[in-house]
Amino acid sequence: MSLIAALGRSFLALLATIGRVTLFAGATVGHLLRPPFYPREFGHALLAIGYFSLPVVGLTAFFTGGALALQIYAGGARFSAEAVVPSIVAIGMVRELGPVLGGLMVAGRVAASIAAEIGTMKVTEQIDALVTLSTHPMKYLAVPRVLAATLVLPVLVAVGDSIGILGGFVVGVLRLDFNAAAYMRNTVDFLEFWDIGSGLVKGAVFGFIVATMGCYHGMRSGRGAQGVGRATTDAVVSSSVLILAANFLLTEVFFSA
Amino acid sequence: MIALHDVHKAFGAKRVLSGVTLEMPKGESMVIIGGSGTGKSVLLKCILGLVVPDRGRISVDGQPAEGGDRDAFLARFGMLFQGAALFDSMTVWENVAFRLRRGRDKLPRPAAREVAVEKLRRVGLGPEVADLYPAELSGGMQKRVGLARAIAADPEIIFFDEPTTGLDPIMAGVINDLIREIVTEMGVTAMTITHDMSSVRAIADRVAMLHDGVIQWTGPVGEMDRSGDPYLDQFIHGRADGPIAAVR
Ligand SMILES: Nc1ncnc2c1ncn2[C@@H]1O[C@H](COP(=O)(O)OP(=O)(O)OP(=O)(O)O)[C@@H](O)[C@H]1O
Ligand SMILES: [Mg+2]
Repeated sequence: MSLIAALGRSFLALLATIGRVTLFAGATVGHLLRPPFYPREFGHALLAIGYFSLPVVGLTAFFTGGALALQIYAGGARFSAEAVVPSIVAIGMVRELGPVLGGLMVAGRVAASIAAEIGTMKVTEQIDALVTLSTHPMKYLAVPRVLAATLVLPVLVAVGDSIGILGGFVVGVLRLDFNAAAYMRNTVDFLEFWDIGSGLVKGAVFGFIVATMGCYHGMRSGRGAQGVGRATTDAVVSSSVLILAANFLLTEVFFSA
Repeated sequence: MIALHDVHKAFGAKRVLSGVTLEMPKGESMVIIGGSGTGKSVLLKCILGLVVPDRGRISVDGQPAEGGDRDAFLARFGMLFQGAALFDSMTVWENVAFRLRRGRDKLPRPAAREVAVEKLRRVGLGPEVADLYPAELSGGMQKRVGLARAIAADPEIIFFDEPTTGLDPIMAGVINDLIREIVTEMGVTAMTITHDMSSVRAIADRVAMLHDGVIQWTGPVGEMDRSGDPYLDQFIHGRADGPIAAVR
C-alpha cells in the first residue's frame, strides 16, 4: 500500500515539475518579446555559450566522424558496400550525431555553468538585489542566455557537422585508402538540404533546452553551496535527458514518412 | 508612511513572523533590533515583496505593496543586504551605478561613473576601488559598496540590513553619521537593522524590537532606557539572564 502511495507521490511530483518547467519556459518566451532588452548580457551569453564551446564541440565531432568512418567501413565490408562510407558518415553526422553530441557537450558545459552562476546569485541574494534595483531577473538573466543558446547552437552544430565530416574524410583517405576527390564527391552528391536543415533545427531546440534548464535550476537553487551543487547536477542531467527525448520526437516528426 | 498590519510568515513548520504590526512615519529613522534569527531580515524582505507574507497587509503611503506598478514601487526603495549581495560579474562602480544605468532617466556611462565615485567617497572608499571587482574587497569594504549602491539613485526609502557589522569602530561611526545625514538632510525614510546599541542611539528616531514573531516594544529612542519592558532591558544591556532564552 505504501509502495503505491510512494509511486503516486513521485508521479504527482513529476507532473508538478513538468508544469513548473513549462511555465518557466513560457515565461521566458513571453519576456523575450517585451522590453527592456539587455544587449550587453546577450553579447556575453553568445560569447560564453557559442564561442567558448567551439573547441569541445569541434574535438568531439572530429573523433566521432573518424570513428564512424571506421565502423561503417567494417560493417560495409561484410556485404562489399565499403563505398557507402562517405555518404553514411555525412548523413549520420548532420542528421544525428552532430546535433545530439553537440547538444550533449553543450549541456555539460553550459547548463552547468548557467545553473552554477545563477544559483550562486540566488544564494548570495544577488537576485533579490536585482529585483530591488528594478531589474527583472527573468529578463536580465534568463532571456539573454536562452536566446543566445537557441541562436548559437545551430551554428555550433554546423561547425560540428563540417568537422565531423572532415574527421571521416581524414580517416577515409589516410587509413581506408579512399581517393580524396571521390570521397568528397560522394559526400556532397548524396547529401540533401533537409538532412542538414533538420539537424540545425534540432540544434536550436537543444540550445533552448540547455539554457532553459540551466536557468530554471539555478533560479530554484536551494540555500548554500550544497543547493548550488544540486542545481548544477540537476541542470546537466535534466537537459541531457530532455535532449535525447526531444531528439527522438523530432526525428519521428521529421523523418517518419 | 509604511504600515504593516498583522503580518505572518512561516517557512515550512518554522514560524518566523506571527502578527507583526508596525507603522513607520515618513522622513524618520526607524531602527529594528532583536535577537539573531528572529526574522528582522525577513521583515524587510516582506515589505519589498522579495518574500511573500502568508497573511497580513503591508502598505506604503496607503498603497498596498503587492500588485500595482512594481517598477514604480521598487524605484522608491534602496536596500543594503546583510551580505552586501554585490554582483560579482561587475566592477565596483558598475555595481554602484547599476540603477543609474537603466530605466527611464538613465545616465550615460561617464556621468554614472562620476556619481558612483562620489557615492563611494561618501561611504569612505577612494576612487581607486571603483575598477576593482567585489571579490577583491574585504567584507567591510563590500558592505560599504552595498551601501553606496543602496543610496546611489537617491531613493525616498532606504533599508539598511546591519550596515555597520564587520566594520571598525571609526568606519562604523562614519556610516552612522551618513545614515543620520541622509535622513535629516534629504528627508529619506530609513529602516535600519542593527545589533550595535551605539548605532541605535546614533541613528534612530524610533526603535522597534522584534521578538518571538511580534513587535515586542516600539517607541522613540529617548524612551528606550525607561521602557520598563524586561525583554528590551535585557536586550539593550546584553544580559545573559532574563526573559529571553540564551539558546534559541
Ligand atoms: N528563504 C528562507 N527559507 C527558509 N527559512 C528562512 C528563509 N529566510 C529566512 N529563514 C529563516 O527565518 C528565520 C529568520 O531569518 P532572518 O534572516 O530574518 O533573521 P534575522 O533576524 O535577520 O537574524 P540575524 O540578526 O542573524 O541576521 C531564520 O530562522 C531563518 O532560518
Ligand atoms: Mg538578518
